[in-house]
Amino acid sequence: MIAVLALLAGVLLGLWLDPTVPAVLQPYLPIAVVAALDAVFGGVRAKLDRIFDDKQFVVSFISNVLVAALIVYLGDQLGVGGQLSTGVVVVLGVRIFGNVAAIRRHLFRA
Amino acid sequence: MRGESDEGPAAVVPPWRRFSSAAVMIVVLLGLLGFTLAVQLRMTTTDSSLAAARQEDLVRILYDLEAREIRLRQDIAALEESQRQLRSGEQGRQAALEEASRRADELGILAGTLPARGPGLTVRFQAGAKPIAAVRVLDAVQELRGAGAEAMQISGGDRATVRVVASTYFLDGEGGSLIVDGRSLTGPFTIAVLGDPATMRTALNIPGGVVASVAGDGGNVIVEEREVVEVSALHEPRPLEHARPVS
Repeated sequence: MIAVLALLAGVLLGLWLDPTVPAVLQPYLPIAVVAALDAVFGGVRAKLDRIFDDKQFVVSFISNVLVAALIVYLGDQLGVGGQLSTGVVVVLGVRIFGNVAAIRRHLFRA
Repeated sequence: MRGESDEGPAAVVPPWRRFSSAAVMIVVLLGLLGFTLAVQLRMTTTDSSLAAARQEDLVRILYDLEAREIRLRQDIAALEESQRQLRSGEQGRQAALEEASRRADELGILAGTLPARGPGLTVRFQAGAKPIAAVRVLDAVQELRGAGAEAMQISGGDRATVRVVASTYFLDGEGGSLIVDGRSLTGPFTIAVLGDPATMRTALNIPGGVVASVAGDGGNVIVEEREVVEVSALHEPRPLEHARPVS
């Protein structure tokens, strides 16, 4: 519950402040957001499986974001940034789908 | 539950102490996630086109735009060229039209289909004992033509007026009248003529000329120079049946 409130507060804050993203961060922000979403869905699934661990969630969240950003950075340096970020998004999308499917099975028993 | 260590177990725990540091971290991270999510959505909706595009995409877009610019510049050059051609054609046509209308005016005055005005003479024939013969009037007309007359008309005493053109003929009528192009004019006759007044007056006054001949018949010719003479009678052009222009 607190987590959902924090998410909403963040969204409202972002809409309210409307900051401009520095150009250096612009390629990484979308990938980081997708990686964080993957971590969040993983956390929800773990919660429903009753194996949720605070510390693990924080570590997985941060490492997800960092690794995703690192991959994109590496791709940009190698000249395949576009393709590599597409690949990262696909992998993370597949994981999100898997997590959502598990959550769905928990919630609806189907 | 580090925060509870210095409190008694029964003490009321403040709400911000109930969470472990990991839980606080989770709240912060989720808040951050929501924040970046909102920022990213806002940025993608506000400028979806170029600010978020990658370098190679930008290079490709720039290249496309340059190729397009070159094409459009070529189009502009071609269109300006055709505009120039059309404009010069228009000017040529305008000049040709002006020339043609000027020629039409000149020819109309020569053919007697247009009224004209300008400096010239009025020549008045007053009959004496004998009426004015048609041949005298014809002499006068020829003399005036020879002296550079450009347009002429002859009017009788009853204000009937006939334009004198190349095909005009003069016949003696009954009772001192004059038949000009089929119309009967009564005396006295007046010829209004456009041309150089001094030359035409000299031509009429030469010894043995028109003035002298009419005076010999007992008549009188009054020649007046005028600044502005109106030749307003028109000749009805005859449609050509046989002659065709050669061009």
